[in-house]
Amino acid sequence: MSGGLRRPTLFLRNVSKSYGQGEIAVHALREVDLLVERGDFVAVMGSSGSGKSTLMNVLGCLDVPTTGRYFLDGIDVADLDDYELAYVRNRKIGFVFQSFNLVPRTSALHNVELPLIYARVPRRERRVLAVEALDAVGLTHRMEHMPNELSGGQQQRVAIARAIVTAPALVLADEPTGNLDSASTVEIMHILSDLHAAGRTIVMITHEPEVAAQAKRVIHLVDGRVDSDRRTDSAPATTARLERDDSAEAVSA
Amino acid sequence: MSVLEAARMALHGVAANRLRSLLTMLGITIGVAAVIILVAVGHGSAVAVQKGIEGLGTNVVTIQPGGFGFGRGSGGNRSSFTQLTMKDVKALQDPSATPDVKSVTPVVTGSVAATFGSASYTPNQFIGTTPSYEEARKSPVAAGQFITQQQETAHSRVVVLGQTVVTNLFGGQDPLGQTIKLNGIGFQVVGVLAAKGTNGVQDQDDIAIAPLTTTQSLLTGVTGGLGQIIIEAKSSHQVNAAEAEATSILTPTHSSNGSANFRVLNQASLLQTTASTNQVFTVLLAAVAAISLLVGGIGVMNIMLVTVTERTREIGIRKAVGARRSDILAQFLSESVLLSVFGGAVGVAVGLLGSRFKLVGVQPAVEPYSVVLALAVGIAVGLFFGIYPANRAASLRPIDALRYE
Repeated sequence: MSGGLRRPTLFLRNVSKSYGQGEIAVHALREVDLLVERGDFVAVMGSSGSGKSTLMNVLGCLDVPTTGRYFLDGIDVADLDDYELAYVRNRKIGFVFQSFNLVPRTSALHNVELPLIYARVPRRERRVLAVEALDAVGLTHRMEHMPNELSGGQQQRVAIARAIVTAPALVLADEPTGNLDSASTVEIMHILSDLHAAGRTIVMITHEPEVAAQAKRVIHLVDGRVDSDRRTDSAPATTARLERDDSAEAVSA
Repeated sequence: MSVLEAARMALHGVAANRLRSLLTMLGITIGVAAVIILVAVGHGSAVAVQKGIEGLGTNVVTIQPGGFGFGRGSGGNRSSFTQLTMKDVKALQDPSATPDVKSVTPVVTGSVAATFGSASYTPNQFIGTTPSYEEARKSPVAAGQFITQQQETAHSRVVVLGQTVVTNLFGGQDPLGQTIKLNGIGFQVVGVLAAKGTNGVQDQDDIAIAPLTTTQSLLTGVTGGLGQIIIEAKSSHQVNAAEAEATSILTPTHSSNGSANFRVLNQASLLQTTASTNQVFTVLLAAVAAISLLVGGIGVMNIMLVTVTERTREIGIRKAVGARRSDILAQFLSESVLLSVFGGAVGVAVGLLGSRFKLVGVQPAVEPYSVVLALAVGIAVGLFFGIYPANRAASLRPIDALRYE
């Protein structure tokens, strides 16, 4: 793994995902090609049933595609066993969920420490890293609080701290502002923008246009297909340049 | 994930549901405590009975009249009942015929009412015997002296009392030298027996002993039969030889239709029989207790299954942030083991505490092996019944677990 900065964080090739078999099969994703460069900030939009959650699960290695290949930070996910998938989820991906998904009755600090525990980071170092991550989301003053003692916005900030504490290649946010009021939404988007500015790769699902507007690139999914892919900044969309013969081997090398 | 980390998480999980954890532990606690206490009761009663039999003397063979009942040489019937007499004692005392016999002690038993001043008491046992009884029955005196040969020959009205009789007649007074009345006849107290305690059946200190000669004239008449003859062998290896010699001497004069009408009780074989009976008793008690331990284990499994279902989402979160199968397995297995270790430790404490009290008349004697075994089995039960729920948790797919509502 020596690709360095030039290696794309995310590369989907011809990925389809269907549930069920035969005539009753539901095709959630159809032949999706996607390439996300390191440091990009991508918003995925689409109506419900458009396949954006399935895409998220595939990207997060929580689900495997039916066909096609998925390279995360240069690793073909299909080759990984359970043990290695756990490693990838631990080191390469940080999750932010719509419903926060903090472990209940467990302090904010401990929630942030969780990925580090599974990464076998020693106790003292773990605490330092967790406090740093909480500092990045501005929550060091509430780190001993339980999730039910925090507001929705604060819980989501803890979740973001947990997502970035292992310094993953990719932060995946599944409707991070879906359950939040507008003030908290602004707060969370600020943090995500800051993370992007600090060089993190972010892929975010949302159905709020004003939230998507914060991203540098917006992808619309319709019926499991990429319908539009446009950059809100000046740079051209990368997927457009993607050639079919730009082989997987070249990417994973 | 280190063992310490798993233990910390498990502790957190156990503490999160205190009442439920406590009730689950209670199942194991009761199981472990039951094993310890019941085994202790079984062992305690075995010890008591054994002590009682040993209190009768271990190198001795007892001969009683009558051919029925249990014991060797039985088979006679009531019509051929022949009493044992002093003639038999004389015959048994012949050293040429019974080289393995150390002493022969005739015993008559009866019941008398004893009075001292205004106090009156009926000892459970009143016996008349000779001086050799003291050694054969291992009943040394604590104060004064036992009956002497001189007193025996002289038909002296002297008596040796057990502790229980002393307490009942004299209260706090010194009984030595006092004269008590047995069935209205005055006897001088010359000795007090050392306390022996109970043998599991009766109080061995509830006894009064007088010279055989005196007792026979007082109670049954000189020609009356003996209650029993105690034969003491020279050593523990010679008990069986002494028994054979005694049997061969008595059989010609005490048999009809070819079967003996006296019975011989060998203490050693009696000891063996009761030991094996007690073994069965103890195993039975332990089995009952083991069942309660098993039920406790099923309780652990039940609660762990509920816990896993309840925390499915948490398991999903943990897997999403990088927990491996083995991490989840370790966490939930630690939790069930923690429950059973805590429950087991409390059970050991309760068991040891409970064994200090007398239960159904038995002083329990804790067997160290039962403590170790109960705790080990308790923990093993937690581990065994924890495997299925923990495995179920570990096998959850993160995507399903996260979606679980």
